[in-house]
Amino acid sequence: MEPVIFQEREKQIHRKGNQPFDLECNKDSLAGAVSQRACVFCGSRVVLYPIADAVHLVHGPIGCAAYTWDIRGALSSGPELHRLSFSTDLQERDVIFGGEKKLYQALTELIDRHHPNAAFVYSTCIVGIIGDDLEAICRRVSQEKNIPVIPVKSEGFKGNKRAGYNAACTAMFRLVGTGDTTGISPRSINILGDFNLAGEIWIIREYFERMGVQVVANITGDGRVGDIARSHGAALNVVQCSGATMDLAKMMKEKYGTPFLRVSYFGVEDMAEALYKVARFFEDDPEILKRAQDLVREELTLLYTKLQEYRKDLQGKKAAIYVGGAFKAFSLVKAFRLIGMDVVMVGSQTGTSEDYRELHEVTDEGTIIVDDSNPLELSAFLKEKDVDIFVGGVKERPIAYKLGLGFCDHNHERKEALEGFLGMVNFAKEVHSTVMSPVWRFVPRKNQALNSSSG
Amino acid sequence: MSKKLKIKQKTEAYVSTTNACKLCKPLGACIAFRGIEGTVPFLHGSQGCATYMRRYIISHFREPIDIASSSLSEKHAVYGGGPNLKKGILNVMDKYGAKVVGIATTCLTETIGDNVSGLLKEFKEEFGDKELPTLLNVSTPSYSGTHIEGFHATVRAVIDQLVESETVEPKTSSQSPGVGAGLFTSEQTEKDSSETRPYILNTSKVNLLPGLVSPADIRYLKEVLDDFNCPGTILPDISETLDAPAQMDYEKIPEGGTPIAAIQLMGHSDATIEFGQVLQRTGNSGGQLLAERCGVPLYALGMPIGLRECDRFFEALEEVSGCATPRKHQLERGRLVDAYVDSHKYLFGKRVVVYGEEDLCVGLTAFLAEIGMKIVLCASGGNSGQFQDAINAVTSDIVSEPPIVKEGFDFYEISEEIESLDPDMLIGTSKGYSLTKKQQIPLIRVGFPIHDRFGGQRMLHLGYRGTQNLLDRIVNAIIEKKQADSPVGYGYL
Repeated sequence: MEPVIFQEREKQIHRKGNQPFDLECNKDSLAGAVSQRACVFCGSRVVLYPIADAVHLVHGPIGCAAYTWDIRGALSSGPELHRLSFSTDLQERDVIFGGEKKLYQALTELIDRHHPNAAFVYSTCIVGIIGDDLEAICRRVSQEKNIPVIPVKSEGFKGNKRAGYNAACTAMFRLVGTGDTTGISPRSINILGDFNLAGEIWIIREYFERMGVQVVANITGDGRVGDIARSHGAALNVVQCSGATMDLAKMMKEKYGTPFLRVSYFGVEDMAEALYKVARFFEDDPEILKRAQDLVREELTLLYTKLQEYRKDLQGKKAAIYVGGAFKAFSLVKAFRLIGMDVVMVGSQTGTSEDYRELHEVTDEGTIIVDDSNPLELSAFLKEKDVDIFVGGVKERPIAYKLGLGFCDHNHERKEALEGFLGMVNFAKEVHSTVMSPVWRFVPRKNQALNSSSG
Repeated sequence: MSKKLKIKQKTEAYVSTTNACKLCKPLGACIAFRGIEGTVPFLHGSQGCATYMRRYIISHFREPIDIASSSLSEKHAVYGGGPNLKKGILNVMDKYGAKVVGIATTCLTETIGDNVSGLLKEFKEEFGDKELPTLLNVSTPSYSGTHIEGFHATVRAVIDQLVESETVEPKTSSQSPGVGAGLFTSEQTEKDSSETRPYILNTSKVNLLPGLVSPADIRYLKEVLDDFNCPGTILPDISETLDAPAQMDYEKIPEGGTPIAAIQLMGHSDATIEFGQVLQRTGNSGGQLLAERCGVPLYALGMPIGLRECDRFFEALEEVSGCATPRKHQLERGRLVDAYVDSHKYLFGKRVVVYGEEDLCVGLTAFLAEIGMKIVLCASGGNSGQFQDAINAVTSDIVSEPPIVKEGFDFYEISEEIESLDPDMLIGTSKGYSLTKKQQIPLIRVGFPIHDRFGGQRMLHLGYRGTQNLLDRIVNAIIEKKQADSPVGYGYL
């Protein structure tokens, strides 16, 4: 096989085996390497986007807004401002003379038109270069319109997606502490790091409510400005995902003393553990733990038979995972085990050293662990490991399909709920539907393998 | 009956854009570069641009597209992106073995003032000892223009940088053009070599510049040229590169695309046929450059959708090839007219809104006027200043009440406009879906992007056959709506 690994990237790839684990990560993407990564703007947009009663104005040329228009499937139970794509659509003359005036006018116009509860203004690459003073414009409009108008410092080139998470959290933190906290129960939480894709946060909220725990704010799936403003009144922050909202939890801990827990809602084990963790936090009320146990038992009874059926077919099949954040990968490794499958490759765009170390712990010998990969590497790994399914996002899909293997979308664009106990069944069903499809016997790769083995 | 067009100026321009009816310039460049053989598209900018555009293109074509990036970070934004550009090209050469690297700028690199042509010159000097790929570049600042302008700018830049304007030396057989294009036969090579320019192995009679159409459209155009026995160079050719068959492997660079050698010889073709009423009016097209620089006669046509625009295309082919329209295509034309008649009562007076890229809108409007639909609004996010004239040109002789034409429009404005227009259907990209959902009317999906339906890349719009497909879809949408709305639910309609 011809080498597809860039020399500069060799240390970002590890094969679990004899050599000690030492993976490089958190580096700038290599020029020309066709990284699967996005940018700072993308990171902040992902996090803030689901806040449904705010105007999200992208200050920049049209592309940044156009490519993020309603692609995520973050559902709202009420207002749907987040599904519109607002842009200042900078033109050449704005670049030359500065875009501040246009930004001011656009903001005023959009606030008058939509009466949002807040506005977020995202800076893009070009705004960072021409040096528009977003802070000043936002302050001015905020005073005139009497709503929070918050700049998000998300110039694309200032790092990777992770830096965008930080920009988003910094922006949200300006809201926290500005709302009234009356009526908040001492047994209350904020849900951080869930984006309500396909209504997932509604599943999770229902679990917590069944346990007798009040949910103050969804941050940010089905999110509301007012809830975030009073979220410092909650007793606990429950943080999901690879730290997209971790920075916010840390800031809230420092300023308001709100403790946080890190959880995942993917897969049976992690979902149950998430509920138990929260229940144990409220140990002064043992009823909560009892209700959590009942809930898990009920849900498991429902899903157990279904999972067994899928497991029968899927036993021993091989999976590869490449996702945005590494935290989700832990849960996926466990979820695949639950349905009898082996994970042979796992990677992420923006994992940290701790993330990868943990991945190294939970995976089997021989597993490939990779940071910030690209299509050539990924396709080489998939072939080498002869996997049956690749889990990733839209950009990974054609890599799987061209190689003639199954695919499951487990990224921000998925339209199927994969969280919670119900989500585990959906996940198993989706994996089953792609791995067991008869179409693979017709693709050239498998075709040839069949022919050569029979011949 | 007034034939004068009632063109409304954009009276109440919003400052902001809500739900843009356009995409950014470098995206068009990436698609156009994808249609050139052996090319890796390369965006000179920050990593996000390449990734976002890949994602977007993938969702329409359902095909991989590897777009490299110079992945600029903050320090490059301050000190210039040159080093990363060079490093990126070396990496693409190394791992992709690209024959061509197609470099497009972004708003970032345009604004920090990177001189890409200069950097590429430096690159060639620095690495002259290596076997270098052909380096093409185009300036595509996203703050000036739309994706379709990026597409056309790339076609023009490729012609500008590759086409030989002087008399060319005989090519060795390995450089012979047309390999892989499927349009060149040995018979034609022999015939050509006995003609007046024996030293040029340009077997291509005609350059065909179709604009941003679907891979299925390109395949159709190849078939038509074949049927006319008229070898041609289609630039760009995404018929295979963005709609490839299942293969043994993940192809680093998919097969297909316009061969470089064929592009180099475009100046020696007998004629250029170029689609786009608006494009022609901008005075900046690849076809115009070929005419100016190499004296290649230009057939400046609209998109061949509808009878009249298709007739012009086939007439041009008759002239260029010296062949009469083959019976197969005459029959397709005849069947289309027959279908016009069969369908006319379903369609007459039905109110339709067309939106999307300007030239595609013009092509569609030409056709919709023919079938008696009442075009109530033509809207585009493009801002060429030529849209109104182009619509006028294709409707003035046929419609009694001209459509409202809007440039620089977004979906928020379209939505406002259609409140009072009461359309029966919308025709355009997937992006109009929320409007048609609200209005409970059909959406006929045409153009780019179509990412809420299957098979956008295989959708045929051009020629008598493509028009027939469109007609069938439109009529069936109306029948389906009628059936759904009917309390009886007629089984015969």
